[in-house]
Amino acid sequence: MSVVTKPVTMPAPSKEAGTEDNYLTHSSGFLSWALTLDHKRIGVMYLACIMSAFALGGCLAMMIRLHLWNPNLDPSQAWLTNKQYNQVFTLHGAVMVFLFIIPSIPAALGNFLLPIMLGSKDVAFPRLNLGSFYLWVCGACFFLFSIFATGLDTGWTFYTPYSIESQGPIVAATMGVFVLGFSSIFTGLNFIVTINTMRPPGMTWFRMPLFLWAVYSTSIIQVLATPVLGITMLLLAAERVLGIGIFDAKLNGDPVAFQHFFWFYSHPAVYIMILPAMGIISELMSVHSHKGIFGYRMIAYSSVAIALFGFLVWGHHMFTAGMADVTAIVFSALTFTVSIPSAIKVFNWVGTMYKGTVSLNTPMLYALAFIFLFTIGGLTGLFLGALSMDMHLHDTYFVVAHFHYVMMGGTLVAFLGGLFHWWPKMTGKMFNDFWGIVSAAIVFVGFNLTFLPQFVLGTRGMPRRYASYQLEFQDLHRLSTIGALMLGMGLLVAGLTLLHSLFYGKKAPRNPWGGATLEWECSSPPPHDNFSSAPAVGDPYEFGNIEYDSKTGGYIKKK
Amino acid sequence: MTTAVATPPADHHAEEHHEHPAWLAHHFDDAEQQFDAGKLGMWLFLVTEVLFFSGMFCAYALYRNRNPEVFEFCSTFLNEKLGAINTGVLLFSSLTMAWAVRASQLKETKTLIGMLAATLGCAAIFLGVKAVEYSHKWGLGLFPGKFYVSQIEGAHHSEVPYLWYLCIPPLVLLVCFALYYVYGIVSASKFHLRVAGPLVVAAGCYFAGVGLGVFLEAEAEESHSMAHVPSSHTDHATADHSHDAALPDAALPDAALPDAALPAVIPVNLLGMEVSPTHDVAISPAESNTPDASVNQKGMAGLFFSIYYCMTGVHAFHILGGMAVITWLIVKSAKLEFHSKYYGPVDNVGLYWHLVDFIWIYLFPLLYLIT
Repeated sequence: MSVVTKPVTMPAPSKEAGTEDNYLTHSSGFLSWALTLDHKRIGVMYLACIMSAFALGGCLAMMIRLHLWNPNLDPSQAWLTNKQYNQVFTLHGAVMVFLFIIPSIPAALGNFLLPIMLGSKDVAFPRLNLGSFYLWVCGACFFLFSIFATGLDTGWTFYTPYSIESQGPIVAATMGVFVLGFSSIFTGLNFIVTINTMRPPGMTWFRMPLFLWAVYSTSIIQVLATPVLGITMLLLAAERVLGIGIFDAKLNGDPVAFQHFFWFYSHPAVYIMILPAMGIISELMSVHSHKGIFGYRMIAYSSVAIALFGFLVWGHHMFTAGMADVTAIVFSALTFTVSIPSAIKVFNWVGTMYKGTVSLNTPMLYALAFIFLFTIGGLTGLFLGALSMDMHLHDTYFVVAHFHYVMMGGTLVAFLGGLFHWWPKMTGKMFNDFWGIVSAAIVFVGFNLTFLPQFVLGTRGMPRRYASYQLEFQDLHRLSTIGALMLGMGLLVAGLTLLHSLFYGKKAPRNPWGGATLEWECSSPPPHDNFSSAPAVGDPYEFGNIEYDSKTGGYIKKK
Repeated sequence: MTTAVATPPADHHAEEHHEHPAWLAHHFDDAEQQFDAGKLGMWLFLVTEVLFFSGMFCAYALYRNRNPEVFEFCSTFLNEKLGAINTGVLLFSSLTMAWAVRASQLKETKTLIGMLAATLGCAAIFLGVKAVEYSHKWGLGLFPGKFYVSQIEGAHHSEVPYLWYLCIPPLVLLVCFALYYVYGIVSASKFHLRVAGPLVVAAGCYFAGVGLGVFLEAEAEESHSMAHVPSSHTDHATADHSHDAALPDAALPDAALPDAALPAVIPVNLLGMEVSPTHDVAISPAESNTPDASVNQKGMAGLFFSIYYCMTGVHAFHILGGMAVITWLIVKSAKLEFHSKYYGPVDNVGLYWHLVDFIWIYLFPLLYLIT
């Protein structure tokens, strides 16, 4: 086997000189990008668009926090009117959820990495892949419309009956979600088919990197849950246009049915957001500890388990909405089961670091931050899953803090870690590790400063989505706003570090971190066809034969 | 395969690759892999389709469970004969589609195009019948939700020619396809004739469906009024009498509560004349499921029609989608692209078409055959 890999890992010297054909230089011109079928270019286009959406959502978040600097007990003195505040938090939620978090890891990093990690030339349906991207763009346009039109103010959940009566552009927004849903479905479908049918010889299910297991589980949820959101949004639009009355109590319809329909998708969607992040952490932990992953199979199975359990717990969003007691108890009990596979993962990651050679570089620091933040986010979820606690904490800042710890502290931090980890592969440039570490530190401190006070606010009774608050909450709110500004600074530093590397970064070696998965076996950036011949597949977490090579500044697989 | 990896020099790689015919996409190793990928993709897509419809089936189960009498009452407005004919048409189209798959494997282009054309034609007949059903209901004021017009008013007949509107787009298409066919004759292009022929036939089939629907709907209407002439004589007098009193209430805004919507003075069997064409006088009023007046209002019957239009409407859009992809298949078949190693697209469209058929098999009894 080692003889076999020699030509792949030991390239001719001329290839390292930066003159070789790669996916970035393969062809040029606007259309070569706009009409590309190359999964790597599509991934990069997703990345650019998703980061723009993130910047927009981030600015909206800053507006919320700055508005809450003062108690705003007199709305006429407040920075934003109450209606504007409603619109800002709605758009923040909707943009972050639908335009950023859901597509972030699967569509951007997943698209770029999945075929390379698998050892195939492309995803199974490259045209469909490009189509998904344009569906995303199209859905995003609907959202932009709803920003510049009269303003959407229902919250990202579009709960009826308010969404039936609101003056906002609900139809445009729901159609946006509908279209984005199909973008997500097609991406998921593409990934499942790719993993099932396009694995090269030797790539068995249990030789797949854990990132692929995570993306595969995510894709299952995308395919099974998103259509339900699609029909829900369609029915809501029909409700607005045709007055069908299915969700309208005035016409004998059932508004709680909307909540059931909505959360049947949107709870699994939470796992669409977090599962790929967990996949990234599995990679980062192992590679930067230079030690095989602890409990490979358990991590793989727990991804699938989370995907399946995720379908059974949607009712825990509705404990106060009116449900039979038995139903509520069952949903509560099922909610606790999700903690088991999540805990399995956390313990395995910690176990991976034990006796490893941990490199404390930027991606690893983000990964460590993830474990810390995700654990807090997960454990506070248990509070909310308990019926008696949830009655009090429902719709307070405790919930806000909880899901930000999971979604932002979890998914976003893992996304950044993954971005730093694979940045050299994607762009062929090394970033400045010092400034990367600084950004990770600021993000970590800023994040906790923003959201830890919100747990306290919630337990003290501060309801979410309010534009004003009692004076007693002012100190904690100000602490949170300061934290948010700091977090923004941290993200800015991270962004500038990456941008700086594009222009001034030194050339990235083939394998800068010492990873054993297949993407590190092709050049940085990868060539147009990924692999000129089918790569030799080995254990993705076997680091024994990987050694540092001071000549290239990267790692090389020894015989 | 592993031996292929062992050959190092880069310049030999080009030869290493399999011979890639035009129909095999560059990233697939062989025809089998391409076929398997396409098939798995289609099955997954069908799963999403089932889940997409499942939301509406849930809504159906929810509201039928709550108000079974509403569903029984409203179901009588649906013409079972037309529903049954459409079921037969779709089942037949599934047969022709399956036949088309076989023909594509055997490279029998003539049969293939003929079968695809038959499928397309059946789809058009289905839509033609559906257009008659829809326009008939709109004429009666049987709209979804808040636009529902209470049937107490009995003789509500809209003057809007809905059926004509529904015939305009197919008529335009028919003209375009006919022109295209003429162009095919003029240019003496076999390819254009192969494509245009089926399209003209399909567009024509829509009007066959419309004709069939109009005929059967009129027949049903006739038997309907015939059956009720003897019994509803006296009722009509009462109806006209209480009509004026009932009207303002029936036209109340949708906020009206179920029980408060109509005064109880309205004779219950007044509604009998709208109930069922098949009900004869022999059934005693107690046995006949003559609906309570509270059923006949926006929040009750209206909700049924909301569900009816949503389910059949989304299904009809799937038929339209199917017609588009079948047209694409006809174009590909006319280019003689399919053969025993490359027939995946026909097979996959076939799967999709069977699913659309399958969903209708559920919709038909659930909506039409309740009573």
